[in-house]
Amino acid sequence: MVPLTITATGEILSERAGVVNIGLEGILLISAFAAVVGAEAGGPLAGLMVGLLTGALLGLIHGIIAVYFRGDQTVSGVGLNILALGVVAIGIVDRWGAAGFHRVERAFRVPPLSTPLGPMSPMVIVTILLAALTWYLLQHTNLGLKIQACGENPAAADAAGVRVERVRLFGAVYAGALTGIAGAYLSIDWLATITENLPAGRGFIALATVVFSRLNPWLAVLGGLTFGFFDSLGLVASTSQALTRVIPYQFIQMMPYVVTLLVVAGVIGRFRAPAASGQPYRRE
Amino acid sequence: MDPRPVEPQELDAITRRERRRQLRAALGGLAEILIALVIGLGVGALVMRGAGYNWRLAYEGLLIGSFGDQWAIADTLASATPLILTGLVFGLSARAGYFNIGAQGQMVVGALAAVAVGAHLSAPPVVAVTLAFLASALAGAIWALPPAFLKATRGVHEVISTIMFNWIAHYTALYLVFNVLNDPRSAERTVRVLPGARLGALIPGADMTAAIFVAVGVAVFMYWLLWHSPWGYEMRIAGLNPSALRYAGANPLWSVNLTFILAGLAAGLAGATQIIGRPPTYALYGDLSNVRNLGFDGIAVALIGRSHPLGIILAAIFIGAMGAGARMMQIMAGVPLDMVRIVHGTVIIALAAPEAWTLLGKFLGRARARRAPAPPAPAKTVHR
Repeated sequence: MVPLTITATGEILSERAGVVNIGLEGILLISAFAAVVGAEAGGPLAGLMVGLLTGALLGLIHGIIAVYFRGDQTVSGVGLNILALGVVAIGIVDRWGAAGFHRVERAFRVPPLSTPLGPMSPMVIVTILLAALTWYLLQHTNLGLKIQACGENPAAADAAGVRVERVRLFGAVYAGALTGIAGAYLSIDWLATITENLPAGRGFIALATVVFSRLNPWLAVLGGLTFGFFDSLGLVASTSQALTRVIPYQFIQMMPYVVTLLVVAGVIGRFRAPAASGQPYRRE
Repeated sequence: MDPRPVEPQELDAITRRERRRQLRAALGGLAEILIALVIGLGVGALVMRGAGYNWRLAYEGLLIGSFGDQWAIADTLASATPLILTGLVFGLSARAGYFNIGAQGQMVVGALAAVAVGAHLSAPPVVAVTLAFLASALAGAIWALPPAFLKATRGVHEVISTIMFNWIAHYTALYLVFNVLNDPRSAERTVRVLPGARLGALIPGADMTAAIFVAVGVAVFMYWLLWHSPWGYEMRIAGLNPSALRYAGANPLWSVNLTFILAGLAAGLAGATQIIGRPPTYALYGDLSNVRNLGFDGIAVALIGRSHPLGIILAAIFIGAMGAGARMMQIMAGVPLDMVRIVHGTVIIALAAPEAWTLLGKFLGRARARRAPAPPAPAKTVHR
């Protein structure tokens, strides 16, 4: 649930403001790598911070292109994804001398909390808090109102004195920062490893979660739980001997993607994005 | 309106002005692409310097490995072959207004079909090759259909559906490679296609085969389709103004499906070129390494080639050169192959924002007019 919901929550705010980022996958990958470097230098908390900052920086780059250069947001996002594949593949070789794979030692991982049900990552709580924060920000603050205005009708927001560019840039950076935290969670918490393609499509499943949520952070928690369940199931089931004898593990690993498709296609039907989402704003 | 007939000289002048305007626009577009390429190579050099590699030696290796001699050039063209096709997938869809990033999955399925047909069907060479190509084109088109259908009927965004289908194709391929198409003599690849279904090297010792003619042929066909056929006209209108097409009475469902099917055919063929058209393996590797990322590189190709079939051929040769030269780059400067991906990504990001340059020019001009020292800090962000 954690990586999908955090990423989707950030992207929800960004899309509400009018900036769509399909480079989430790339941001997850680069910040996952950066978080490992940070954690090995200064512990897990430093790793999370480095992940957050890396994500925010990439979000800033995407935001500047989308907002100030009025660039094509989809193209910029695709560029981020391809760039990430190169940066991390080289980074792993450069940093640890081994190609493609590096395991994160226990000392550098986010320590789990012990709960009555067993160990649980503290990031689960962070996820809920971030969803709550984003919901409150969007629905109950002045900034939230401005954000929604910029996504629906930037010209009207502009006329009312809202600094459309700044609000949208904030949205893009917010999405980047949250995606950065999610990337850090992948590498220094949940999967405890960094590979050349660690997110394995989770950035795109997070985009599907955004669609599922209809831009409501609480529904993103629900969507994250649904998609995350199959994600974890795939990981657990593919190591279970009894199950892989009946169903080949490749088909179990395929499940999160199939479920995402089915949910996006069937349960929710059409979804209406903010009117000006993904469109650059040009002042008359 | 003015009833006076237009004088021939006047018409000439208008035509000349219009031609000049078009030429200027084309040159501007070309300049944008060149600037993006320079930025991409520049960022690549910076990253290599930062990581402690000799970037000059690396680029020298890249050049020698891609254009150094006739074998290098043949390898470049061999690498460009699948990229022309995957570039057409994205380019054709983009012309029709869709962001189809499903080339990777459709290509993988095409490669599987080529293995299945090529390895099991003994037929005379020409027939075997043709059937293998046809089977893979068909497989690619079939894999492209569900996302098109979901888009047309349920409004599912094609970026999400095509990526999901890419992953489903990936795991399907892994299953088939190890369980159905596996070669008992080798654990790391599928069965090899029969000799009759193999295209031989055109220059002994290099990878280039007649598959490149298939790729170029498809590019020419797509050009004809887009600009000289009614279907292509409809597709381009769909891309420029979907409501106009609806008002004109065309069926949008048909337009989505036609676009995705044609794109899927090209993607499937791209898979086949890696199986029956690329010595010496003539099989699919267990880690899918001989089709790895080719679909995504096609996106870079189409964006650099501005989704025009001719531009895509040139861009595919450029990206193909980086693929072919990367090996020499690794040998000479020790730089990992994935370095070229940083260059691709940066080029695309730079291409995303053509207005950056006009904006930067204005900004610098204003700064100069104010006689204030031009602040260099924001300019750096601009270059990313």
